Order: sequence, then C-alpha cells, then structure tokens
Amino acid sequence: MKNARVIFEGRTFDATERDGQLLLADGRAAAFDVVTWLPPLAPTPRPRTILALGLNYADHAKELEFKAPEEPLVFIKGEGALIGHRQRTRRPAGVQFMHYECELAIVIGRTARRVRRDDAYDFIGGYTVANDYAIRDYLENWYRPNLRVKNRDTCTPIGPWLVDAADVPDPMNLALTTTVNGTVTQRGSTKDMIFDAPFLIEYFSAFMTLQPGDLILTGTPDGVVDCRHGDVVVTEIERIGALTNTIEES
Amino acid sequence: MSYWPTGTVYGALLNFRAEVEALAPQMDQPPYKAPPKAPVLYVKTANTWTPSGGAVPVPAHVPEVEVGATVGMVMGERGTVAGHVLMNDFSVPHTSFFRPPVKFKCLDGFLGIGGALRTGGDPASFVVEVRINGELRHTADFSQLVRPAARLLADVGEFMTLRAGDVLLLGCNAGRPLAKVGQRIEVSAAGFEPLFNTLVKEAA
Repeated sequence: MKNARVIFEGRTFDATERDGQLLLADGRAAAFDVVTWLPPLAPTPRPRTILALGLNYADHAKELEFKAPEEPLVFIKGEGALIGHRQRTRRPAGVQFMHYECELAIVIGRTARRVRRDDAYDFIGGYTVANDYAIRDYLENWYRPNLRVKNRDTCTPIGPWLVDAADVPDPMNLALTTTVNGTVTQRGSTKDMIFDAPFLIEYFSAFMTLQPGDLILTGTPDGVVDCRHGDVVVTEIERIGALTNTIEES
Repeated sequence: MSYWPTGTVYGALLNFRAEVEALAPQMDQPPYKAPPKAPVLYVKTANTWTPSGGAVPVPAHVPEVEVGATVGMVMGERGTVAGHVLMNDFSVPHTSFFRPPVKFKCLDGFLGIGGALRTGGDPASFVVEVRINGELRHTADFSQLVRPAARLLADVGEFMTLRAGDVLLLGCNAGRPLAKVGQRIEVSAAGFEPLFNTLVKEAA
C-alpha cells in the first residue's frame, strides 16, 4: 500500500494510491494535481526524531574527498525542515552551491530498543523518499554538517508515498535516480550503502529508543550538482516513488 | 505544573564566553580550521527527556557523565518567547566537536527537564547552580553569553524557524562537572523551580 497525507478542499486527509489517483479516507477520489501534498507521515505524540546519515555511500564519500567512515556519520533534523511532494524549496540569494540528496528514508514502525540486526526489519514500518538538500556555502567544521547547512526551512522534501515495508521485499537493492529539469544527474543503488538499514537500526537503538514514526534518512550516492532558481528536481527510488520539488531563490 | 516540551529541543554549543576561551587555542587548527561563524546547534531528541525527579540511566561503558546545566527558552506563537525552564543537558564526555554529538548527547534519558515554566524574567539575570549530592559544584552566569538570548534567537532564525513549542537551550558554561551513578544532581536558580535527577545504572 502507498500512503499519503494531503490537503484537499482545506482539510487534511490520509489517502492511498489507487489506479493513478488518491483515494481519500472519506471514500472520495482526487487527482494528484488538485491536492497539496504533506509529508506522508502520521502525526506523532512526541516530536519525531529524524536521523540523517552523511557519507553513507562509498562513491559519495570519495566525491567529497573523505575516506569512508568507520562508524555512521549521523546528524539530526527538526521536523520543521520537512515539506511534502510538489512543494518549493528556498535557495538563499547569493549562495554558490546548493545540491539535492536523494535518500531512502526508513520509517520506524515499532518501538525499537536494543534491536539486533537480524530482527531489524521487524521494526521498519515503511519507506519513503527524502531529498536532503545541503547548502555547502554554510559548511563549518563544528558539529559538521552543521544545522545551518542541513536544518533549513523547506530544505527536506519527503514523500510522496509512505510505502508499507511488506511491499518492499528488498530495500537494500533499489535504484535511485535524480533528474534536474528532466536530465539524469544522479544514479545509484541502495545496495551500495556502507551501513545498511539493519546495521543502522541496531546501531542507533543500542543507545536511543526509536518510536513509531521516527525517521532514518540513509544517505545519498555520487552525483550531486548545484540547483538554481526554477530547477525542477525529481528524486526517485524504485518501488518507493518519485518526489518532485522546485527550487525558488529568495 | 510541570513543564514538558511539545516541540524539538535544540542546544547551542560555545555560547558561553569561557567555553570559547577554553577552546580558542584549537579553533584555527584541524579539524576546525576556523572559529564558528553561525550558532553551533545540536538536538536533544525526545528519547532523552527525563522529568524532574526522574532517574537518568547510565550505560555500563560510561564511567562518568558530564552535567550541562542550562536554561531552555521555550517558544510561543510566531517567534515569541513563552518562558524559560531549567534543563540538564547530560553528555557522555567528549573532546571533539567536529562531528554531530548524537552518540554522546542523545542517549535515553539524557536531558533533565523542569520543573515549571517560568514566564517573564531577563535571561541575562539568570544564575544557575549545580549541586551534586548537595555540594555546590558549578555556576553558570547567563550574563556571560557569547550571544545573549535575543541575539541567539535572531541568529538561529536567520536559517531556521523555531516553531511554537520548540526549545532553544541557551548554552552550558565551561567547567561542567562530572557525576556518577548513585549521585543526585540539583540544578537551581533564583526564580525557578529546581530540577532534580539521580543517575542510576542502566538496566541490563
């Protein structure tokens, strides 16, 4: 099942995909282009923990002139950074290098504490696509990547779908593709992750309890390019969905 | 009434002058290569939250815990400040600030919170004290901030919006004391309901 959250006629709905349309929770159908797409995540009783990986693909680590990390390089985002499918992301005027990052996002399905990697898939509720934009002009070597680079309003589009884990038999072998204005700029596969989903769930749950709805953004492969005002960026992951976003200079 | 956060809790590194002075000789060296320009923030995820009076579990591999007494500025609607509350930002001691401190700061229970939200009051007048088993071990005078509260809020707001319910910790002073399992830690300040937590051995 592909699950979404949308605003239609001024109200928020849970929805699912059926025959190329949205089936709203009240039984009506709506076309994809008549709704406002929200992050496909149910509200959580406490603020969502959003873990995000850096340098988790060997080729990307090489591209950025880092040797592959020996343990996960992780940073945290606030929920305020998230926006939905088909929204706009702000590029500050005057910056030199703002790039997308197409990432498989794991959505936790059950409370996870001290999970062993062999059991890790039991704790995954589903998957979605995240575009974890970075503005490299703002990188500083203090808690790098610092929040000014990674926790900006509108800079983490996510969606369109939360796909149930049961519908994704091999999450560690999915093609990732990014296009900018229709031209392919990034290709990769989740099979090239340095730290895979089961490892990450074991690693994090060893010291922090994860709750349903918490997210792990698993990093991006090689092939990031600068994005400018008006660029339409589509980050797509096989079986999960194609997340569209437009850059707007402010 | 006890305060409990409803939004994301952000902390600020290097917002006490003494903290900056202590690190100044390293700031131009690798891996930092330059002093920070923008506020250096981190997140205390919801799994870290422990109410006043609650026990903080310490893993067996952590012999001592750093006590980071601070004040949380709680956001109201549309960028206003709803009030302030004492917090205790516990950390596994670490000396490098190059990478985000998730495995040092986001352990279950590692943020003491409370008691009540205090409305009003000038953050520059806050003086926070730490007592471990009743003995005064640390003082943080919030007139000694690099970025006073209003300036910190403005500089953070340059790149991200703090939403109603989000919290911004104003900083932890240099010379943060260490504490061990079995010790009772009190964070107090004039005008605030004090915050108590006890460190306990994490259940196996």
